[in-house]
Amino acid sequence: MKVLVPVKRVVDHNVKIRVKADGSGVDLANVKMSMNPFDEIAIEEAVRLKEAGTADEVIAVSVGPAQAQDVLRTALAMGADRAILITVDGAVEPLAVAKLLKGVVATEEPGLVILGKQAIDDDCNQTGQMLSALLGWSQATFASEIVLAGGKAKVTREVDGGLQAIEVALPAIVTADLRLNEPRYASLPNIMKAKKKPLDSKTPEDFGVTVAPRLSVLRVEEPAARTAGIKVGSVAELLDKLKTEAGVI
Amino acid sequence: MAILLFADHDNAALSEQTAKTLTAASQIGGEVDILIAGQNAGGAAAEAASLAGVRSVILAEAEALEHRLAEPTAALIVALAADYDSIIAPATTTGKNVMPRVAALLDVMQISEVIEVVAADTFKRPIYAGNAIEVVQSTEAKTVLTVRTAGFAAAGAAEAAAPVKTVEATAEGADLSRFLENTLSQSDRPELNAAKIIVSGGRALGSDEKFRELLNPVADKLGAAVGASRAAVDSGYAPNDLQVGQTGKIVAPDLYVACGISGAIQHLAGMKDSKVIVAINTDEEAPIFQVADYGIVGDLFEILPEIERQL
Repeated sequence: MKVLVPVKRVVDHNVKIRVKADGSGVDLANVKMSMNPFDEIAIEEAVRLKEAGTADEVIAVSVGPAQAQDVLRTALAMGADRAILITVDGAVEPLAVAKLLKGVVATEEPGLVILGKQAIDDDCNQTGQMLSALLGWSQATFASEIVLAGGKAKVTREVDGGLQAIEVALPAIVTADLRLNEPRYASLPNIMKAKKKPLDSKTPEDFGVTVAPRLSVLRVEEPAARTAGIKVGSVAELLDKLKTEAGVI
Repeated sequence: MAILLFADHDNAALSEQTAKTLTAASQIGGEVDILIAGQNAGGAAAEAASLAGVRSVILAEAEALEHRLAEPTAALIVALAADYDSIIAPATTTGKNVMPRVAALLDVMQISEVIEVVAADTFKRPIYAGNAIEVVQSTEAKTVLTVRTAGFAAAGAAEAAAPVKTVEATAEGADLSRFLENTLSQSDRPELNAAKIIVSGGRALGSDEKFRELLNPVADKLGAAVGASRAAVDSGYAPNDLQVGQTGKIVAPDLYVACGISGAIQHLAGMKDSKVIVAINTDEEAPIFQVADYGIVGDLFEILPEIERQL
């Protein structure tokens, strides 16, 4: 079985982003970029399936600018076998990404697609569900455990009230939550090996998909700022302030 | 303009997030129908019908809808979509699971986690874990939205109940996935999303025993919900459903007490809209103090029992 893992190049999760003064967006010039953390978890899960003998091949795919090659090389260094880059400049909405991925699924015919549950830049949390809809496949989102057996996947999902276990027919779409696994660091020899692994380049035209955005971003604003309050010296003072000044207890 | 609100409920009762989403729907403007998809969900339907500003409640009952799995639920919503200009749901794990599937089937780009309705087609939503706010306008024929409910007040009760209409649920998609079991946390405390006060713990608690031993008595005295940072959940001190943050629950209580939480960006994203924030931490440089209204620098293991005694 092939496992397909889409990965996104995003601002590194340790970077404190800055909203541009003119409100046109977030300043991405000279900012460190990395693989979306949830996608690292997805790659790790796919590589573990291969190591366990359940999967034969792990294919990483990214939709983004030419520099998205870097995150694909990271995926290859973590253990993916080959990679596909669909080059698009500028922001691509989840719906367009899902349509491109549907095209990749049609040619690669994976038995399982594992995605990160959301990207930490646009925080949309949509691509996996949309891909599942377009393919007419089953979906198991926010996975904290995946067990494959007998042409089905038993997936434990993180839901608002706790955990939910469902069984989905394969082929299926699974999206990874934080506690699915802890991604490995790529070793130096594996990083060197990854440079020789195949990386195919595609364009949206190859899949007959238009990526023009459906939503227009009118502006990007700073969130309302909170200012630091005061430090209190004792529990008695704290409780007094909460009662009399804030009126919340 | 007609709006279909996909309700969050447990069949027996409606969640408060649904009433909050109704407020967002009313701000868009137009007639609002609430969809109750479930099984033996008459209780939830009756509660939905009693909310102010509801035109009607649509009740669809089927075995496949009991747990609102994505495939049959999305098929049901799509079958109803022709009559609506906007489809809206709270950004609960159910809403987040189902709505993008609906959007893709309708060939519509969804707007996730709306925090403010600017106009019927224009919304504010947080990006980068709430470190920036995007104002987006939809050019789609329909809008598909999820709502981050923390910023909306719950709709009140209606003078007269709205009519409940029953629709046939299609069996489409029901063979794709099967519910096995729920392992839900049992607690007498209020739910995180509905609580007026939240007492939240971080990695500094050190163990799951200490987490319970220190936080629970204070939470009980305050009638508060208990929350946790991602670090505390990852360390196994608290179950995942207590996690507050960018990828956990987004909360905005009247009072949020952060105990031994340093204040990572992704945690702040989940609680910085709280009315009053209290931080208790040994490290006076911890970023949590930059957003706290009241801070105490000191040892949790002394301060929390002292708070409990003085309450």
